[in-house]
Amino acid sequence: MDISLLNVIKLLLALLAIIVLLVLNSVVMVWLERKAAGFVQRRPGPYVVGPHGLLQTVADSVKLLAKQIVLPGSSDRLLFLSAPVLAMFPMFLIFLVIPYGPWLTGLEVNLGLLLILAFTGLETLAVIAGGWASNNKYSLIGAARCVSQSVAYEIPLILALLALAFMCGSLDLTVITEAQSGWVWRWNIFRQPLAFFIFVITCFGETNRAPFDLPEGESELTGGYHTEYSGMGFALFFMAEYTSMMLVSFLAAVLFFGGSNGPFINGFWWTFLKMGLFMTFMIWVRWTFPRVRFDQLLNINWKWLLPLGLLNLWVTAVVLKLF
Amino acid sequence: MASPDPGKLSEPRARQAGGLIEPARAAVHPPLVNLRPVNYVFDLGRAMSIWPMTFGLACCAIEMMSASMARWDLARFGAEVFRPSARQADLMLVAGTVVKKFAPLVRRLYEQMPAPKFVLAMGNCAISGGPFKFEGNYSVLEGVDQILPVDVYVPGCPPRPEALLEGIFAIQKKLTGHRFWPQPAPVEDPAFGAAPAAVQEGESR
Repeated sequence: MDISLLNVIKLLLALLAIIVLLVLNSVVMVWLERKAAGFVQRRPGPYVVGPHGLLQTVADSVKLLAKQIVLPGSSDRLLFLSAPVLAMFPMFLIFLVIPYGPWLTGLEVNLGLLLILAFTGLETLAVIAGGWASNNKYSLIGAARCVSQSVAYEIPLILALLALAFMCGSLDLTVITEAQSGWVWRWNIFRQPLAFFIFVITCFGETNRAPFDLPEGESELTGGYHTEYSGMGFALFFMAEYTSMMLVSFLAAVLFFGGSNGPFINGFWWTFLKMGLFMTFMIWVRWTFPRVRFDQLLNINWKWLLPLGLLNLWVTAVVLKLF
Repeated sequence: MASPDPGKLSEPRARQAGGLIEPARAAVHPPLVNLRPVNYVFDLGRAMSIWPMTFGLACCAIEMMSASMARWDLARFGAEVFRPSARQADLMLVAGTVVKKFAPLVRRLYEQMPAPKFVLAMGNCAISGGPFKFEGNYSVLEGVDQILPVDVYVPGCPPRPEALLEGIFAIQKKLTGHRFWPQPAPVEDPAFGAAPAAVQEGESR
């Protein structure tokens, strides 16, 4: 990629659009999550702040903005303050490479999938930095859980996505999208159902969402890794959670649901629609399933997902070699 | 009543908890931007998202839980986010009997909360010791306002969930100066006598 003025302007515009997208996503999704929780539990949810509680998240953000930030006396000051920023920072780069539409990509790279998998690991680093710097036993246990969970779930995730990369012959997300063009049965969810199954389960593990939200399991760890964070530090961790939710939803849309290819009139709206539906699915799962135990979580991973992923990869390789 | 400084809503009554511990003070910091409209917007935001702490001491906590469930749904007013960590909570709902052994912990939890923070004493035990207030009482703190600056008192044994909702509205009113929701008409049921008195607001100085 040449560094011309036009490209730099394009990159800056893309970054700006991504920041707006991430903030809007958090505002809308927190509201949707609370409404969905209300729907599942047969109550209205946020209702009176704005029409149907639409301004609820705005009020929350205003409050969190004006809240005192407590620095625990025994904390590592620099690490404590930088961890929430570190949680949000890699996201901007990741969202640059996602192909939203045929012409809508921030930065075209031919190793997009690899880049995304590499940079999602940085969020784990932010969590362990926050947990360590808080100097609180609950934070530290939460951070340790987050690391062991993320490391464990990254392996089946990569195995599942590797099978896709085998089939499409590329790590370029645009190429993978184009390989699914045509009609709906060309989508990877129908050609790689097992990979999709593994991907969905690992999504919850990677984003620390219920039923795998053990790093912040409040019944045993008060608040998990963000126990000591108040105000905007907590808000940034919260935003990072919703951003990583959006990231895996975009990945699901692009890798398994054909990205911008729809049944008719292809365009970026299909990517966003599929992303929204997958996020709604994640919220639905959160309010439906109870939290698992930590040994169960790791057993699901090492005893089931890992062999299944290896099997899927092996079968894909054999089929690709034979036909 | 617009209060420019919500941290200063109320100070603890300078009563001593039987020489047990010192009363806590609300951490008051002068706001960075001290402009009336800005403060009003912030107060509005605070009033519309009062996150209570997951913290219950006795049977009043059952009513607190039922207020957050389907029938009375605290979530309508943005107050259903019960935060387990004191660092993220705005409201301490003292729901139940505070025994003297637990009083230092209650005060420590209060002091762990970041600055604009409110206390709602729920139920007669938290207000005055309730049925435990008698000659020779050695174990129960007679009113949580001996150790904390209480903003709103919600009487009842236990108070009904509606009363708790009214208490939260009273905090909203203290913050922004007006009540946002319609006043329910008093029910006059001969079987239950006259309607209970409205929630009393705490002393604000």
